[in-house]
Amino acid sequence: MDTRLRVAVHKFSSCDGCQLAFLNSGADLLRLMPRVEFVHFAEAGFIAPDAPVDVAFVEGSISTPQDVERIERVRANSRYLVAIGACATAGGLQALRNDADAAAWMAAVYPRPAEIGALPVSSAIASHVPVDEEVWGCPVNEWQLLHVLQARIFGVRPAIENDKVCLECKRRQAVCVLVAQGAPCMGPVTHTGCGALCPRVRRACYACYGPAENPNAQALAARFAQLGLAPAAIARRFLSINNAAPVFHEAGIVWRERHDDHA
Amino acid sequence: MAATGFLLRSHLQDLLDALVAVGYRCVGPQVRDGAVCYDTLREAADLPWGWRDAQNPGTYRLRQTGGAYAFAWANGPQGLKPLLFAPRELLQTSIRAPDGGLRFAAPVASVGAMAVVGVRACDLAALRLLDQHFIGGFVPDPHYAARRADLFLIAVHCSHPAATCFCVSTGDGPRAEQGFDLALGETEAGFVVFAGSAAGAGLAERLPLRPAQAAEEAFVDAALADAVKAQTRSLPSRDLRAGLFGNLRHPRWEAVASRCLSCGNCTAVCPTCFCHGEGEEVAADGASSARYRQWDSCFTQEHSAIHGMVIRADTRQRYRQWLTHKLGSWHGQYGRSGCVGCGRCITWCPVGIDITEEAAAVCAGTP
Repeated sequence: MDTRLRVAVHKFSSCDGCQLAFLNSGADLLRLMPRVEFVHFAEAGFIAPDAPVDVAFVEGSISTPQDVERIERVRANSRYLVAIGACATAGGLQALRNDADAAAWMAAVYPRPAEIGALPVSSAIASHVPVDEEVWGCPVNEWQLLHVLQARIFGVRPAIENDKVCLECKRRQAVCVLVAQGAPCMGPVTHTGCGALCPRVRRACYACYGPAENPNAQALAARFAQLGLAPAAIARRFLSINNAAPVFHEAGIVWRERHDDHA
Repeated sequence: MAATGFLLRSHLQDLLDALVAVGYRCVGPQVRDGAVCYDTLREAADLPWGWRDAQNPGTYRLRQTGGAYAFAWANGPQGLKPLLFAPRELLQTSIRAPDGGLRFAAPVASVGAMAVVGVRACDLAALRLLDQHFIGGFVPDPHYAARRADLFLIAVHCSHPAATCFCVSTGDGPRAEQGFDLALGETEAGFVVFAGSAAGAGLAERLPLRPAQAAEEAFVDAALADAVKAQTRSLPSRDLRAGLFGNLRHPRWEAVASRCLSCGNCTAVCPTCFCHGEGEEVAADGASSARYRQWDSCFTQEHSAIHGMVIRADTRQRYRQWLTHKLGSWHGQYGRSGCVGCGRCITWCPVGIDITEEAAAVCAGTP
């Protein structure tokens, strides 16, 4: 009997960058292959979107009426569903339209906007179906995906660190860009996972990995204001890749309204 | 302490060369990414000559003054801690053997002898606390012990405290009094050298020292006296257990939690915070596993997670845990406060929370 774990990788509204992490993991992916069968993984050439699987990795946000129907089918066909990346966990960059005049944007971009069948909002997978595990990041990394896959093979819960970026920054002995440069770094409210990539090259964190546990977004935003950032710029720090994550959304909207009040 | 001699500025390289000649890797302060950081030091010319720092709550800036001094700055973000208690290190490996059993190994990395140049009194005090914690107990930590065994310390009397420093109030500085091999007092012309150990005296014999003049020693003393006067912050070095544990419901905890990011930067830069977590990294094929330990912080969720629950879920509880341990229950554990007055937690807090202010506010009214 084939005891391999049956795995599907599905794509919704997204850039494909997250599922690419599977292919980027190279030799480690090959080492897992005796225990894993990719049933559906279009980027790797396997096409069977409606096959039942043990684990489905879902990339992308729910952005069209077709997406809504399709995610229901994916859920029905999957014993364990993992939402991967900022789009699937928080609605993605495209959720910026949720607070915007989406019709005007559409008219500005497309010659025949009436033919675009988009929902009024872009939303996370968990807003539509039950999700067993969320892996945050824009994009997620190889280690996270293989770790989750491996945990399913061993039948244990994945142990993904949920510290803030700051702790990883300090473990790597990077100099704090917020304190030493006054840069508007999102590290103190952001979930670890990237290895403090940006601060290590003297750039402020963009919050790619979404809100950390117990984040104090308002206190960080207030600090950005003390550092001289204008309200609109503060709002943009939060209303970015993970703009629809509730804690970032709330902080961003507060500062955007302050900007509007002064405008 | 009587001076051993005087080392001309132009002979500072001789000190590094002498250390290398007897087998040390030299580590010393250098400017990197806008801060004074410790790194391997080969050339005396790479020291932070002419650099001055400006530190305030949540702010650190360096500027080049063109001045003649190499050590006219207060500590940067690192103490000795990262050099001895590695931020992340391998504790143990397990390998699945062909017979189905597991083979365990606990390698201790060979690090070689290290000499650290530029250590301040606060960090020497912190080192004594780390020693107590890591090698003073029943089960010495082999990784810390290996790095500590061959450590040569060249202290510098701290002449330029930052606005965030308060070592005078904790009794830990600014003069390096103990725990070093050599100490340097910087002057315009060079360094008054003090030997603090037999190894230090032995190394001093290899240096082209001339006798220190009384005026040079007086200059160093005067600089230290000025450094004492320059400190404006203070923390009572007395046992704050009554004040802290008697005020666990003080509204100040809530107030500080509203500003605190719970990011753990204070604990990461603290030269005495030693908390760590452990984790297992399993190879993709499941044939081997590596157990790591890495710096953790009482400000993380994982730090207080036990099966089925997180004990300190909110920031109020986490900040209170840090302060009551650092300034309170350390007295019972280690016979003194865990704070050495280096001020790093104030400077490197992204929102500039001041431990001296918070402790004073919570303990106000408690004798």
